[in-house]
Amino acid sequence: MATKITLQDVEHVARLARLELSAAEKERMRKELDGILSYIDKLRALDTRGVEPTSHAVPLTNVMRDDEERPSLPQEDMLANAPDRHGELFRVPRIIEE
Amino acid sequence: MGVLASLTAHELGRRFRRGEATPTQVVTDYLARIEALDPQVRSFLTVTREDALRCAGEADARFREGRPRGPLDGVPIALKDVLCTRGIPSTCGSRILERFVPPYDATVVARLYAAGAVLLGKLNMDEFAMGSSTEHSAFFTTHNPWDLARVPGGSSGGAAAAVAADMAALTLGTDTGGSIRQPAAFSGVLGMKPTYGRVSRYGLIAFASSLDQIGPFAKDAEDAALMLQVIAGVDPMDSTSVDVPVPDYRATLGQGIEGLRLGVPAEYFIDGMDPEVERAVRTGIATLERLGAHTEPVSLPHTEYGLAAYYVIAPAEASSNLARYDGVKYGLRASAARDLIDMYSKTRAAGFGTEVKRRIMLGTYALSAGYYDAYYGQAQKVRTLVRRDFEQAFQRVDLIVAPTTPGVAFKMGEKEDPIQMYLNDIFTIPVNLAGLPGVSIPGGFTQTGLPIGLQLIGRAFDEATLLRVAHAHEQATTWHTRKPQLAS
Repeated sequence: MATKITLQDVEHVARLARLELSAAEKERMRKELDGILSYIDKLRALDTRGVEPTSHAVPLTNVMRDDEERPSLPQEDMLANAPDRHGELFRVPRIIEE
Repeated sequence: MGVLASLTAHELGRRFRRGEATPTQVVTDYLARIEALDPQVRSFLTVTREDALRCAGEADARFREGRPRGPLDGVPIALKDVLCTRGIPSTCGSRILERFVPPYDATVVARLYAAGAVLLGKLNMDEFAMGSSTEHSAFFTTHNPWDLARVPGGSSGGAAAAVAADMAALTLGTDTGGSIRQPAAFSGVLGMKPTYGRVSRYGLIAFASSLDQIGPFAKDAEDAALMLQVIAGVDPMDSTSVDVPVPDYRATLGQGIEGLRLGVPAEYFIDGMDPEVERAVRTGIATLERLGAHTEPVSLPHTEYGLAAYYVIAPAEASSNLARYDGVKYGLRASAARDLIDMYSKTRAAGFGTEVKRRIMLGTYALSAGYYDAYYGQAQKVRTLVRRDFEQAFQRVDLIVAPTTPGVAFKMGEKEDPIQMYLNDIFTIPVNLAGLPGVSIPGGFTQTGLPIGLQLIGRAFDEATLLRVAHAHEQATTWHTRKPQLAS
């Protein structure tokens, strides 16, 4: 199955990714994604029936620790990089309509 | 600007202990070299001159008082800008983090400070470690010290070039699909990607969490051993770091390679690869045979699918990891947004470069409804097949020897097509998919004087054997002692 990426696909994915793209960027992205996905399509030629997926190269187990109080980073340090703050809060554009 | 900056870290340590040199002298020498040469090479994003001189003075005192902290005390190092350094900008090569000053140190950084290493600064990289040339840095491209018209490789290009040009004794980079080994090969230095889980990723700005690993660039195997010794080991702050004992890497370096079984994978010698690279790698294999190793052919049949699987898995993980750059708690925020969603979309449009956007789009697409099984699910299964290839090979051999890259350093601007750029990593990516350790060591030069890398791939957590083979190869060759000619 050959993939064909449309401009609508690009707009849909850009919306999911919260990425504003110009008209020129969309067209370029469409062409490039189409090329990359055609290359990736070679994966489909492999028979992987019965093969377990690998999500991590080393076997992982849950790491547990006691739920003890510990100091965290100072609030002022964590706010120091804020692009916009209001006292001890991060300020963002209005979310709820009036 | 003298001879001190050309020395290895272990030689510096020896001179410090004997009182033949002081950390301040060495750091001063390195800072002078950076000032004289980095305007051409452009490996540093930030130079931490004052801090470096202050830390060097403290190291001086420790040596004077006869209580140095260990082999890296007073040794000048530098770090890829993907690693968080408290109070020092950590940009990840991106506009979106241009003014980000981390409130904490990465675990590897804290461990290096505790070992007495002196930080000279932060190094250039492809934005978010996505690239093979540093041409995707939001700030500038680093030049290859062997030929300034060429790239140093990437994404850890600054970290490779800084060691090659003697602008740091040791550096740290990160490797998700080859980003340590490929620039090491292009820049003529040693670069090691440890086993996944060997080194804590706490404070490493994430690209693809199941593949990312931090590792050293060094002037020789002994220096790499010293650096790995400091950064390796389990960390409660990274639940994917693995609690496997860390051996004394330096202790086994000189044990020789008599009787070691080396596998040579047919799939790593392909049509279209640079004949000079193939010749050098064959010569390297012959050198290792002369030193007593046995070689035999092995097969890694799914090699050709590794790149395709990687370009699903890595962008998928990246699209998720990079969702955090939303302009709220840190980083860039675009102004003049209508509402919150608009602020996110405009911030990310302004803050990310083309390659990062491309990979976020690719990853979001591969994970989106209707495509998940066909792309992400299938890629994870292919990852299993790649891993099994190595498992089977390592039943017969102790180590795999191969080229690091199919070609040598290319010219800036030469690879405009994304897939052409991605093909640089075909011999390095399978190692990340399988989580294995790999090292690129200097393996020769082309007739025009460009470095060629020889790649060694080991069993999980067997970095000691890789370093031992690298050290043995250095005893029989002089490639690692060659220096690029840079006029100040």
